[in-house]
Amino acid sequence: MSIDESTAARVAKLARIKVDPEALPALAGEFNTILGFIEQLNEVDIEGVEPMTSVTPQVLKRRVDAVTDGDQQAKVLSNAPDAREGFFAVPKVVE
Amino acid sequence: MTKLNELTLSAARDALRAGETTSKELTEACLGAIEGAGALNAFVHHTPELALARAEAADARLAKGDAPAMCGLPIGIKDLFCTKGVPSQAGSRILQGFLPEYESTVSQNLADAGAVMLGKLNMDEFAMGSSNETSTYGNAVNPWRRGNDDAQLTPGGSSGGSAAAVAADLCLAATGTDTGGSIRQPAAFTGTVGIKPTYGRCSRWGIVAFASSLDQAGPMTKSVRDSAIMLEAMCGHDPKDSTSADLAVPNFEAALSGDIKGKKIGIPKEYRMDGMPEEIETLWQDGIAMMKDAGAEIVDISLPHTKYALPAYYVIAPAEASSNLARYDGVRYGHRAKLDQGDGITEMYEKTRAEGFGDEVKRRVMIGTYVLSAGFYDAYYNRARRVRTLIKRDFEQVFAQGIDAILTPATPSAAFGLGEMTDADPVAMYLNDVFTVTVNLAGLPGIAVPAGLDKQGLPLGLQLIGQPWAEADLLCAAHVLEQAAGFVAKPAKWW
Repeated sequence: MSIDESTAARVAKLARIKVDPEALPALAGEFNTILGFIEQLNEVDIEGVEPMTSVTPQVLKRRVDAVTDGDQQAKVLSNAPDAREGFFAVPKVVE
Repeated sequence: MTKLNELTLSAARDALRAGETTSKELTEACLGAIEGAGALNAFVHHTPELALARAEAADARLAKGDAPAMCGLPIGIKDLFCTKGVPSQAGSRILQGFLPEYESTVSQNLADAGAVMLGKLNMDEFAMGSSNETSTYGNAVNPWRRGNDDAQLTPGGSSGGSAAAVAADLCLAATGTDTGGSIRQPAAFTGTVGIKPTYGRCSRWGIVAFASSLDQAGPMTKSVRDSAIMLEAMCGHDPKDSTSADLAVPNFEAALSGDIKGKKIGIPKEYRMDGMPEEIETLWQDGIAMMKDAGAEIVDISLPHTKYALPAYYVIAPAEASSNLARYDGVRYGHRAKLDQGDGITEMYEKTRAEGFGDEVKRRVMIGTYVLSAGFYDAYYNRARRVRTLIKRDFEQVFAQGIDAILTPATPSAAFGLGEMTDADPVAMYLNDVFTVTVNLAGLPGIAVPAGLDKQGLPLGLQLIGQPWAEADLLCAAHVLEQAAGFVAKPAKWW
């Protein structure tokens, strides 16, 4: 599997990271190095092997369906780059 | 006369309980050492007022005779832990200015036990790195040097600041986190002890997430006894982390009996890598002889899928990271890029993340995005998770044969120079974790113990890997190895 510049650009778009066009060839090269390393996994016989979902055998605990927290609007917003009238503010989303 | 900041946790604890010193004196000694160690760039956020207030409270508690083991002991906290009202940036520009409104469970457990936080420690950005060179704060520097050569060396990573601070006696101990070797590799590079407990032993709540199925916190200390003391204070069940184990926490220090007679120590043949320096092989053989002399039975074992651990890790960890780091979008906290006229929300995300993340983080987020994308999910991500099952099975099979612990080198080399790997491809750096990453994939406890010096006078470490939840036995074996190796060297002060 070889990654070309357009694939690198597509991945950057999916990851929501702006990459300048002139940086794409180097980025594609790095992806190919890393993916080349990962290709070794194709040597392994995985027939009938389940993908791991939990490294320790455990059943997730259930908790009571009850309100345990809340009324912390000021704390929730305290680190926001832009908060107005008790909300997070972002650039216009819909035209 | 040993200076107060040079004490181990256990010696300081005993001195406090005997009334020979106070937490205030210990804390002031550490704060003084930190002040004089700017060249190491280990502490990146200083909290002296908080430290002195906590020291005073600890002294009051000690006077009342109500003092747990960690009470009054000054420690450093890796920047990955959220600490209430104190900058917690995970070594990243994207969290610049972030002041958590809450405290991570592990740092809260330590505070409840009376430990004194001196400040936050340098690390690779989002714990992604093996040399502390990806940090937004700049490199942390290893207090060790190659003889009289003044070239700066890496303290390892990602917990590089923690390792440098402990090795240079800026604090008595520090917290670290380990996703692929980030406690054990820096410990080995700095002649210190670091243990990654079984996945689920320490709560991950409030620790900035990298790869959630692999991340574990652990102590970085000057001795195995100190690791036992501090680990006990850090771990325990936490309802706020659904993967936290609801198991009793043993008295780890009491497990250090010095007796490993009849224990079976496995030596995996796959850890003998091509091109491994002879000194590492010699160190390993010395370690094997020490365990044998202590009465352990040495057994050759095979972990056939070892070779595939790093490639599997470099699918699984970036996949989880790409998902975890999606939260850094410039909306709720941290950095937001300045926008141009007409920029919408997508431009805000893209510019914010381009400015806020460093190159290695971007690389891993994008690799993770790729392996999870439509059409590649099965070929990469699911295949890697199947291989992970096989890697864990390798360990289960040797433990079923009666193996109590496994002895390996901790790293394939001693500390390398800062900048030496700059021109290498990213994969060359990833190879640093070749001996440690299997342990994360299998969720097992692993500990690095300093065991010798190389020809250039740099520390080298050995790793012991234990059965799940058998940290007590693992610490006991590590204690025996530590005593036999008799590693007492310290870096000569140049900073």
